[in-house]
Amino acid sequence: MEPADGEWHRLHPLTPLARSGRVVPALVLGFVISSAHTNGGKSSGQGYILIAFGVISAVVGFIHWMVTRWRIEGDTLRIETGLIRRDSRRLPLARIQAVDIFRPLLARVLGISELRIRLAGSGSTDGKLAYLAESEAIAVRGILLGQRHEPDGVTIDTPERPMATVTTGRLVGSVLLSVVSIVLIGTVGTLLVLDHFAPRAATAAAGVLAVYLFSFASVMWRRLSGQYHFEAVEAPEGLRIRRGLLQTVSETIPYGRIQAVRQVQPFLWRPLGWCRLEVDIAGATRRNQRGEGTGVVRKSLLPVGTRHDSWHMIVRLLGGPAPDRTPPPRKARLKAPLSYHFLSAGHDDTHAVCVTGRLNKETTWVPLEKCQSIRRVQGPVQRLLGLATVHVDVAGKSTHAEFRDRTVEESDHLVGRLSELSRQARRHPEPPPAGRGRPESPGVPAGWYADPSGRHAWRFWSGEHWTEHVGDGGTAGIDPPHPS
Amino acid sequence: MTSPEDQGWLHPAPALWHMRQAELGVVTVVLALLIGPIFTAAFGGVAGVISVVAVGAAGALTAWFVRRRFLAWRYQERHEDLIVARGVMVHRLSVVPYGRMQFVEVTAGPVERMFHLSTVKLHTAAAASDARIPGLAQDEAARLRDRLTELGESKAAGM
Repeated sequence: MEPADGEWHRLHPLTPLARSGRVVPALVLGFVISSAHTNGGKSSGQGYILIAFGVISAVVGFIHWMVTRWRIEGDTLRIETGLIRRDSRRLPLARIQAVDIFRPLLARVLGISELRIRLAGSGSTDGKLAYLAESEAIAVRGILLGQRHEPDGVTIDTPERPMATVTTGRLVGSVLLSVVSIVLIGTVGTLLVLDHFAPRAATAAAGVLAVYLFSFASVMWRRLSGQYHFEAVEAPEGLRIRRGLLQTVSETIPYGRIQAVRQVQPFLWRPLGWCRLEVDIAGATRRNQRGEGTGVVRKSLLPVGTRHDSWHMIVRLLGGPAPDRTPPPRKARLKAPLSYHFLSAGHDDTHAVCVTGRLNKETTWVPLEKCQSIRRVQGPVQRLLGLATVHVDVAGKSTHAEFRDRTVEESDHLVGRLSELSRQARRHPEPPPAGRGRPESPGVPAGWYADPSGRHAWRFWSGEHWTEHVGDGGTAGIDPPHPS
Repeated sequence: MTSPEDQGWLHPAPALWHMRQAELGVVTVVLALLIGPIFTAAFGGVAGVISVVAVGAAGALTAWFVRRRFLAWRYQERHEDLIVARGVMVHRLSVVPYGRMQFVEVTAGPVERMFHLSTVKLHTAAAASDARIPGLAQDEAARLRDRLTELGESKAAGM
């Protein structure tokens, strides 16, 4: 069955099993605890209650599967579910910001996956299809990310270009070199030493601290298992990230959906030259947050990497070398004595970049196309020194690029120039990354670029010559670059 | 970049200044009526008179500050974006492109309604954008709302 045939589809038949399987560990735990409490004897009654719970959850799962169906109607995905309260959801394809495929451990065993669709804008919610067969999930993802159902569009394995991977050793190192782990290891070490001299005090302290230690350890474990086997690749429909130890995740972010790119160099990683990369994409607005900015989902692009890895990825994401930065004038040191060290900012025709922070050096790149508003703020101290700060706001609460403490003349100029540039960028949206770079000359890194022949949206550049691999939306095809 | 001296800047209605004066006057009088008798009872008549004078002086000082704030608030409808400038201590200038507007909010509190005024606020996807214009005459607020909505629709840009 083709996913895009406009017919109603059901979820995978194993869905009830996978859904009710999620409660099995809790049930087993409950059973163990209850039988331990009652010391055998009359535990069988409680055992029956637990079995009844299991049966009920299986029946609920089955009913959920029975009443859930989905179909693709032109350019919307429609999901209907619910027995008593019918829930019919339409997800316009044009508003999709990212598509993630989740595979929890049990679903991996059963060969099925969950599709999560992130939408932007107020009043929208994320769509979820749990569970689909693996091949079906990948096909649906291709359709959702812009692939139109052309009858002759042959879907073959799209050549993906690896961008970055994280070795297990470096991942473990990065988790250990964090504040959380240092606190954890330090506390455990102190307790061990204390245990040697004053065992009773150590036991008491351990009892008090146990909850905190456990939560710290679980934070570390989540980082480790979530980013395990991290791999970022460049696919024709977007940037794809695969990661996970027990539950694997495959996230796809269309290139034009990135609201901001952030590079963080934590204090502890700086001697090793490591950094991490994050992107912001627009997400669903929280239910209780009335119009105060669209929700933003932050995704890790590179949990830990060398500066070279990150530089390479940024060049690919921005479609060219990053804009040059200049530090603020020297007198800004009087206003910001601590943070002056890294402070710098700059922009070119399409992106603004700024560096802030003292302990953690943070670099933020913002595509001017995504700029929501531009603000100039001048406080009393800044006015005395003849300085002003220019903010470039993007969706959400957390991120924006700021040209901090520039001279008044420069800030006046920046406000005009940046609003003009962002207007132009909005009118002519960016082609996929590196669309601007003309990769005719060798030395330009391999990847997907705008097809020079104009017959397709993208063509794969091997690093030396154009290949026959082309992409239109999510469909990949074969078309020689120079037809004879 | 246009400087404040340029033509085309619009200001909140003078009624906003009257509203602020009325608010301030009521607060000052109430404070004076409360503090005066208390000080008179506790420290004698001279202290009461001094305290009332001090409250009056504080009111006058605040009035001077509010007056400057009122005069600093201005906005300009340009071809592609709306500029709002405000602030005395901290100067703020916001440029919001019409295409980025998510919705326009017009509010009028009870005091504002007595003076026939409304506040217009522009919302974008960014929480940090603050384009708020207080104290617009109600017909001007309606005109601005309609114009902004119309421009926002014609120039709307996706996320």
